Amino acid sequence: MDFEVSEFQNELAAGIRNLCEGAFPLDVIRQSESTDRVVDRTGWSRLGDAGVFHLCLAEEAGGVGLGLAEAALVFEELGRSLVPGPLVASHLAAGLIDGADDGSVVVGLVERPAAGSIGARTFPVIVEHLADIDVLLVASDAGIERLDPAALDATLLPRPMDPLTPVWSVATLPAGELVAGPEVAAWWRRDGAVLTAALQVGMAQWACDLAVEYAKGRVQFGRPIGGFQAVKHLCADMTVRAEVARCAVQGAAVTVDQPDVGDADVAAAGAKLLADEAAITNGRSCIQVHGGMGFTWEVPAHLAYKRARVLATQFGSADALAESLADALAESLAGSIPER
Amino acid sequence: MDLRYSDAEQAFRADLRSWLETTLPGLPPKPSPDDWPGRRAYDTHWQRLLFDAGYAGVDWPVEGGGRGSSAIEELIFKEELERAHAPYVGVNFVGLLHAGPTVIAEGTPEQRAKFLPPILRGDDVWCQGFSEPNAGSDLASMRTKAVRDGDDYVISGQKIWTSHAEVADYCELLVRTGPEDSRHRGISWLILPMDTPGVDIRPLTTIAGSTEFAELFLDEVRVPVANRVGEENDGWRVTMVTLSFERGTAFVGDLLEAIELLNASVTLAVRTGAWADSGVRRQAGHLKAELDALWALTKRNVSQAARTGIPGVGGTYFKLAYSETRHKLGEFSLSLLDRAGLAAHDLEGIDGGGLLPAGTMVEDWLRGISLTIAAGTSQIQRNIVGERILGLPKEPQAVAPTGTKG
Repeated sequence: MDFEVSEFQNELAAGIRNLCEGAFPLDVIRQSESTDRVVDRTGWSRLGDAGVFHLCLAEEAGGVGLGLAEAALVFEELGRSLVPGPLVASHLAAGLIDGADDGSVVVGLVERPAAGSIGARTFPVIVEHLADIDVLLVASDAGIERLDPAALDATLLPRPMDPLTPVWSVATLPAGELVAGPEVAAWWRRDGAVLTAALQVGMAQWACDLAVEYAKGRVQFGRPIGGFQAVKHLCADMTVRAEVARCAVQGAAVTVDQPDVGDADVAAAGAKLLADEAAITNGRSCIQVHGGMGFTWEVPAHLAYKRARVLATQFGSADALAESLADALAESLAGSIPER
Repeated sequence: MDLRYSDAEQAFRADLRSWLETTLPGLPPKPSPDDWPGRRAYDTHWQRLLFDAGYAGVDWPVEGGGRGSSAIEELIFKEELERAHAPYVGVNFVGLLHAGPTVIAEGTPEQRAKFLPPILRGDDVWCQGFSEPNAGSDLASMRTKAVRDGDDYVISGQKIWTSHAEVADYCELLVRTGPEDSRHRGISWLILPMDTPGVDIRPLTTIAGSTEFAELFLDEVRVPVANRVGEENDGWRVTMVTLSFERGTAFVGDLLEAIELLNASVTLAVRTGAWADSGVRRQAGHLKAELDALWALTKRNVSQAARTGIPGVGGTYFKLAYSETRHKLGEFSLSLLDRAGLAAHDLEGIDGGGLLPAGTMVEDWLRGISLTIAAGTSQIQRNIVGERILGLPKEPQAVAPTGTKG
């Protein structure tokens, strides 16, 4: 047992970090804020060339043949750089949709609300990145359907919560061509949760780093504010939160790769739950440490907080994840899920 | 990153497991919590069994007479003992986890030969005299004074939180050998035999009603200079060296105990019908996620220690996160007991389902309160993370008193 990131894995992550710093600097990303297109095709192709989308695809299928553990490290770096776009969807679609693997085709993914689920008869379906994607996939218990995004009757919503995640409203999703079965939908949900959680961990760390940097430089009462316990302890808690979530995410990813060591579905749900919280809470704390400036559009603290909220709605909400963990727990104790 | 255990690690686990299966049924009944002589006898008997089977000092280096196991084996050892509900380290805690490793690292050959084997065999019990009523978080301000008189130190002062003092043979004692304001630079590390004249022990009762703590009053107590470990005035560094023995496994038993408590809470919730409440289920699910994450963090910390030989910062992260989770878990179990939790006593349910686990749950909730206080409060831990890891400016440091008197 050696749950330490290997040298190779560290190098892989460092390579992606370099790529992101070159291809997706924050000031460049921010130029597409509040527009309907945020995916830079050149940058997306460079991600494709670097293996971001086909990392887990078998070598005989043209992929790199690595595990979800490596993908989680890569996605943590993408999160840390706040790279916008349907990263997880395009990664999952590699091997299923031609061109997803090398980044020449951008793929979006949305969950079809189950009939009878809360809100299903009230809310329209909200779809992210519609103008940027070439293919829209729809996941449900039945499997994965494919839709043409251009043919969709959709309305762009003004003032998206995350200025780098444009969203559209769709009254009803038409039925699409079924391109994969229920078993694929099931593992997409699990791996999608882990990779989304990895993005969240990256953002939780980014928010922490930004807050610490500010706390060292901002002087009030004649001292850097990071010297005051009230601020210092906020920063310490951000660090701990990110680290605990990081271990959960990496543990879940390894469990997917090595199914003998535990229940991968449980590990994935737990990781997503904690990573969502870490990103949201750290985003909020980062704003707080910045004081009034944190409430301005100019300081980027709000970007992580808002993106974290968006990602928290994908691959399981906090309540749904906690319920699924509770069910697994009760089942493991009683041999069956108790009646409610 | 690999979570699979090697063949050798699995063999170590299998051997240990079968030894536990044959050994545990032969243990005498557990003594009552306040029967300290009984507890000493029970805990030291267990230590002797470990010693005879070659499991004593699993985390001690071979030079110190220990097994010299890897950090991973140490993790497996603690995991298996907890899963088998083996006795806790109990009164052997300070000797095995603190004083022993200190003597191994900093003691003379004579000190090692004299003090280490009896710890491993379960013959000697140690306690710790570090904190003082006026030196808690600020330990370096301690005032218990040792004055050299020939071949002895003459010591007067007061110590607090001295667990198991009543049944201890020796105390690892920090004393002020430098000037009053010398702080870290004027402390020495001594071995105090507890039967020395002038040592007075007064028990302290915790909020959980237990009596493992004591206050130690020292009135002109004579300790031979030969009992000093390390150089005079170098005791602070000696103490810090001991901490480097920690390999991320300090809380393995606690964590597994917490997982059991969560399982017991879920079982109780299903039995009472509270499980029908989605709020209850979500709390349980969330706690499950937290405990699993802490288990992953433990494996990360142990793996780091196995590679580098030194404990990383992960132990501090673990303690901060675990103590919060444990508080939540305590509140959760207490809420499930409702008014049956108004006494720390396993009372009979009226559903024919047997005893309700109020005894352990209420006591656990109370004991959990110490977790954000003991071994460095969470506030001090956050300072450590903020200053040493994040590089934030330090707290104002204590300064030697200057200027006006009286």
